[in-house]
Amino acid sequence: MNKFSITQYLLILFVLILGFTYALPNLYPTQPSIQVAYTDSGKSADQILLNELQDILDNNEINPQEIFLRDNKIVIKFDSLDDQLDSKTVLQNKLLDKVIIALNLEPSTPDWLKEIGGQPVKLGLDLSGGVHFLLEVDIETAQQGRLELLLDSYRKTFKEERIEFLNSSIDDLKLVFEFKTRDSYNKALSRYSLDSPGLSGLQYIITERPATNTLFLEYSDVALREIRDYAVGQNLITLRNRVNELGVSEPIVQREGASRIVVQLPGVQDPTAAKKIIGKTANLEFRLEANSRTSPLRKEEFPFKENEFMTASLEKAVVVSGDRVTNASTGFDESGFAQVNITLDMQGGRAMQKATSGNIGRKLAVLFVEQKSKSELVIDENGETVIEQSTYIEKNIISLATIQAVLGTSFRITGVGTPQEASELALLLRAGALAAPMKFEEERTIGPSLGQENIDKGMKSIMIGLALVVIFMTFYYRVFGIAANISLLINLVLITGIMSLLGATLTLPGIAGIVLTVGMAVDANVLIFARIREELKDKDPQTAIRDGFSRAFITIFDANVTTLIAALILYVIGTGPVKGFAITLSIGIVTSMFTAIMCTRAMVNLIYGNKNIKELKI
Amino acid sequence: MNFKIQFMKYRKIAGIASILLFSISILSLTFRGLVLGLDFSGGTSVHITYESPVELESLRNILTDNGYEDSQVVNFGSNLDVLIKVDDVDGDSSIGLSVFNLLNENGFIGQLKSYGYVGPQVGSELRDQGGLGMLVALFMILMYVAFRFQYKFALGAVTALGHDVVIILGLFSIFAWDFDLTVLAALLAVIGYSLNDTIVVSDRIRENFRTQREMEPMNMIDLSLNQTLGRTLVTSLTTLLVLFALFIFGGEMIKGFSLALILGVLVGTYSSIYVVANMLMSLTLIQEDLAVPEPEGAEFDELP
Repeated sequence: MNKFSITQYLLILFVLILGFTYALPNLYPTQPSIQVAYTDSGKSADQILLNELQDILDNNEINPQEIFLRDNKIVIKFDSLDDQLDSKTVLQNKLLDKVIIALNLEPSTPDWLKEIGGQPVKLGLDLSGGVHFLLEVDIETAQQGRLELLLDSYRKTFKEERIEFLNSSIDDLKLVFEFKTRDSYNKALSRYSLDSPGLSGLQYIITERPATNTLFLEYSDVALREIRDYAVGQNLITLRNRVNELGVSEPIVQREGASRIVVQLPGVQDPTAAKKIIGKTANLEFRLEANSRTSPLRKEEFPFKENEFMTASLEKAVVVSGDRVTNASTGFDESGFAQVNITLDMQGGRAMQKATSGNIGRKLAVLFVEQKSKSELVIDENGETVIEQSTYIEKNIISLATIQAVLGTSFRITGVGTPQEASELALLLRAGALAAPMKFEEERTIGPSLGQENIDKGMKSIMIGLALVVIFMTFYYRVFGIAANISLLINLVLITGIMSLLGATLTLPGIAGIVLTVGMAVDANVLIFARIREELKDKDPQTAIRDGFSRAFITIFDANVTTLIAALILYVIGTGPVKGFAITLSIGIVTSMFTAIMCTRAMVNLIYGNKNIKELKI
Repeated sequence: MNFKIQFMKYRKIAGIASILLFSISILSLTFRGLVLGLDFSGGTSVHITYESPVELESLRNILTDNGYEDSQVVNFGSNLDVLIKVDDVDGDSSIGLSVFNLLNENGFIGQLKSYGYVGPQVGSELRDQGGLGMLVALFMILMYVAFRFQYKFALGAVTALGHDVVIILGLFSIFAWDFDLTVLAALLAVIGYSLNDTIVVSDRIRENFRTQREMEPMNMIDLSLNQTLGRTLVTSLTTLLVLFALFIFGGEMIKGFSLALILGVLVGTYSSIYVVANMLMSLTLIQEDLAVPEPEGAEFDELP
């Protein structure tokens, strides 16, 4: 009796092998490496760039350990930190600002492990050091902007359709039109009802005040959700581009909740510089080309983006800046050539109208303004070589086109080349624009030394806690205690393996969760052993073992399910580090049930299973 | 181990002690409130480390002279580490860095270890979410225990949990310890842990009620508590061992977290013995409550 079937042993073995395999990547050390990406976020790194980098490194007699293409970056691994820094310097000197080079520590996971999805556990910012921002997208401003456009377009429509109105305004995020006659009022009402249906439902909520011939129009919840999603989505894209410029190796830019965006920059130590780049606005400028009448004091030369040797001289006055661009998309003109459609907000439209009305026939330029950072190796006061980052502004012309008519809120640029080039231009136009302003809601910086300290302290706590529990269990339960201890160690490996496999992030509270699991995981075994001791009073050892395990099971299950409920709720409400705690706790609960029940039982069965034992020491 | 402690003999004293502790906690929470950490209160905190100990008073003076009257300056973990908190009314995320630069300019050159800013809105949202999460957790656990056991057990379990949570919150309020997000996490873990204990005890009471039909409820509960006492003590001990390791070696950032858990294990162990049993006694748990065994329990009926 007390034997597992071969299938049960195989199952346990399978889980163990799986756990150990996926925990394995954490044992390999990290390697100094650099990541190279094109500064132009529209361009992906390719074989050509890879060869170029390889040549430069060869010429400087630096032998990278490995060089390969991943996502849209080129990753180069080195054997030493010196090689890493040297190559960054020579590459940056040679390629200047064509590329962004980020220093990184690349895991040295062997290929066979990588192929099956093996990767080391990701570290949260509190362990790796870095900067965390939480930005709130101001949806109301986006809504206001949309309403202004709508107001403008209805004024036009009503004029065209001879619907006479006395007053029109925006009040408390509502469009208000007061009409001259009941007839106009009715016509406008039917116009609204005609326009309201959208793809996802009615766009408008219309409030009628026939007594004063006034109509109120506000966006429906469906429309508001669309405005919000568009604004947040657009800002996400813009932020990703900006973060790219920072040259951080593994940045995180993602939406959180309805209208927030999280930006995490591991390894960044200077939040001020990061903030400057993330928080910048207006990186597009529309300017008129200077003509013969422009005074030399009021003009500036700028290079083109595609060809830096070609320049044009523009007026210093900015007609409209990028934060006025609400949308840019590609389309085709009457003769089938690609064009870029641009939409400005009300204020932008008015300014554009003013600037273009007297200047038909002149050229209008779009300047792309980039805040760039460059890093240099400098010797600091302690005589150590450090990388210093500084920022500068660069402006390039991305489009120069002749004004054909007076432009308003929406206009197009034709003759932009291939559809591919058109969509690149549209991307650049959008990249400059934030669909809605953003505010820093939360900001955290963890210095790199603190991150390492946290790792060390966390590891020390796990080791000491584990040692204490192992010693106690061995003395208190002897053979059974040793089985429980082995289960405990397996449990730790399984937690690590599952964390790695899921790509979950380990944080300091997460480590605390593991420590707590170590303490609580033995509980299941303690319950079982206590039960076996009791059963031994009036049963033979084999029956006692069997009943001890089976009777304790339901108790263990109930007790763990409730902890799991608490952990899941924590996962839902928690942010960042605390989520990490919920993750390790949840995983720990599941794995500890497996190890305490299955693994310990397997060991006990192997030790006592087939023997005729008279006395059981427990 | 064979314990023969007459727990229920002292149940009145324990009941009074619990009610007293509970009331003091509620009073303190009402009148003193909690010292909310950065996560919940919003504001700015700057952690700077210096090469040699600095006079906190001179740091305070520099800050006050430069318009940061509402700042607190304390040592953090060691006398080389200084934590500065600035109450941030208008939600400016760069005040902390200005403070750090200001101190550097005034000759206190240190290294910025960590820096945190939480806007007032995020803070208040988190407060609501945290409170709500706690209630949802309690409710879901109540449902689960009611479903698995019986409503009297569920009431006992939730009373025990409420008791534990309020007393820990009370201790944080009385001693003015910082209550931040990690402490809230610890509190939720305590709910899980304390329930673990409660369920083990309840499970045994249920089992004994079914098998030892001739016993008085009071003796029955005593017997159950004694039978599970060994396990309760061992588990509490191993958990406390690791928690003390975490408290001593884990660093300042999770001190509050480990403290809350240590208190939670102590209070939780106590409550699983006294609060649950007391509730069951007061609700006069009788045989009939458990007369119809649930399907899950059927397989555990004693062999003849």
